[in-house]
Amino acid sequence: MSIIIKKPDDIRPSEITSQTVYNDRREFLKKMGLAATAIAGAGHLSLAEAKAYPNLVKSKFSTTDKLTSLDDVKGYNNFYEFGTGKYDPAKNAKNFNPKPWSIAVEGECEKPGVFDLEDFIKPYALEERIYRFRCVEGWSMVIPWVGFPLADMIKKFKPTSKAKYVEFVTLYDTKRMPGQVLKVLPWPYTEGLRMDEAMNPLTLMAVGLYGDTLPNQNGAPIRLVVPWKYGFKNIKSIVKIRFTEHEPTSTWHDIGPKEYGFYSNVNPDVDHPRWSQKTERRIGDAFWAPKHKTQKFNGYAEQVAHLYKGMDLKKYF
Amino acid sequence: MESVNQNSAGIFAIIPVMNVNKLLKPVVFILCLLPLLFLIWQGFNNALGVNPAETILDTMGNWAIYMLLITLTVTPFRKLTGWGGVIRLRRMFGLFAFFYVCLHLLSYVWFDQYFDWNEILKDIIKRPFITLGFATFLLLIPLVITSTNKMMVRLKKNWKVLHQLVYPISIMAVVHFFLMTRADFRHPVIIASLLSLLLAYRLFVYFQKQQKIKA
Repeated sequence: MSIIIKKPDDIRPSEITSQTVYNDRREFLKKMGLAATAIAGAGHLSLAEAKAYPNLVKSKFSTTDKLTSLDDVKGYNNFYEFGTGKYDPAKNAKNFNPKPWSIAVEGECEKPGVFDLEDFIKPYALEERIYRFRCVEGWSMVIPWVGFPLADMIKKFKPTSKAKYVEFVTLYDTKRMPGQVLKVLPWPYTEGLRMDEAMNPLTLMAVGLYGDTLPNQNGAPIRLVVPWKYGFKNIKSIVKIRFTEHEPTSTWHDIGPKEYGFYSNVNPDVDHPRWSQKTERRIGDAFWAPKHKTQKFNGYAEQVAHLYKGMDLKKYF
Repeated sequence: MESVNQNSAGIFAIIPVMNVNKLLKPVVFILCLLPLLFLIWQGFNNALGVNPAETILDTMGNWAIYMLLITLTVTPFRKLTGWGGVIRLRRMFGLFAFFYVCLHLLSYVWFDQYFDWNEILKDIIKRPFITLGFATFLLLIPLVITSTNKMMVRLKKNWKVLHQLVYPISIMAVVHFFLMTRADFRHPVIIASLLSLLLAYRLFVYFQKQQKIKA
């Protein structure tokens, strides 16, 4: 959001890059690019496309809503592992090193194991999915994630007939995640999905956003994205995935069962006890503008409403 | 305080008798306005953060509570320092508390509800923290109306009784703050501790008086 937009007249000549300097820079970049390519050997590395995932499959599930700026996505979110303020993660996750990273797959499946992240994601074709993201607090964003369907991954581990749920656990390491020193939440952060929710084609394992690797503050190196549920279900920095027979805990549900349900599907008809969920503040909008109307299942009813057929969504909120 | 030598040379000669008493109020007035001025400055410099509506709402709410606490600090401050002059600032602090409450309420009505009066009414009835916040606003109104010298004279002893409403008002404001907090209670706990200290002072003075009466 910007209040003051500079008109052309207001731009001082000194702010304008002269054509010669511009050309010089382009020339320099080209040379650098060539040098880098030479160093990288046969790689297709060039400075213009330094992003980690330049060629992504576009998804039919993407929304056409206006994207939230990368700065806003990186600068404002809840990630209590790095502080309870929404500007804290950007500040406190700077020194977090998500490499090396391993993920343990456990529980009711035929092929459990511990995997290095690179091996873990190698089999899947990464795609770009532009999803609406709705926080339970009443604000929302539109984020171009990079990831693969969780369903593809689940199939690989061959869950048994006893596997009714999938549980996810975040890293618990007070040295690397300084926010965990405070016992504001019962660490480690845990989330869960019913198996059919986990298998829904919309459910994504994200390893990046805006064509690049996940910023630390957004849940590096790998996180869950379930676009029809409130943001806190989208567990970050996952180290463990467990197939279970019984409903797993969900951290926020644990500390406030009346306020945060296990399902936590976005639903304008079910208010949070302390605030209405009918509307949302779309990040990037002018603060004096009206908020957006919140849609049932965050606008993904067509893909997911059938999962909850016959369920009383006021009871199973 | 008024003992500045009129004959002294230099810059002080320009201000004949540095009248602290006259300058005090305008200076404190500007100081009390700074939180709002800073917010406006931030607005024009694109510095209200990623969610400006939230920044404005929270900042105004915080300052409403800070101003209430400052108002309650005046009397103990006078006792501790022996400086009676501070009492002349109490009304201004109180009115500024109301000023920031109004801006906080306006931010809620505008940014949060976009003047949807139906929704606002439902909120006030349904949600304890909104009910409490709104009640705090309403209770402040009689105090603002009776804040003039004339009213003070007119109400005589009742004025003091009426203005003791500031104690429940402050408690309500802090409970309102608690009820809207999600998991990290550090900030409201600090505020509640300060308020407890200020209220404990009143209880202490009250019991001391009672004992004197007995003796």
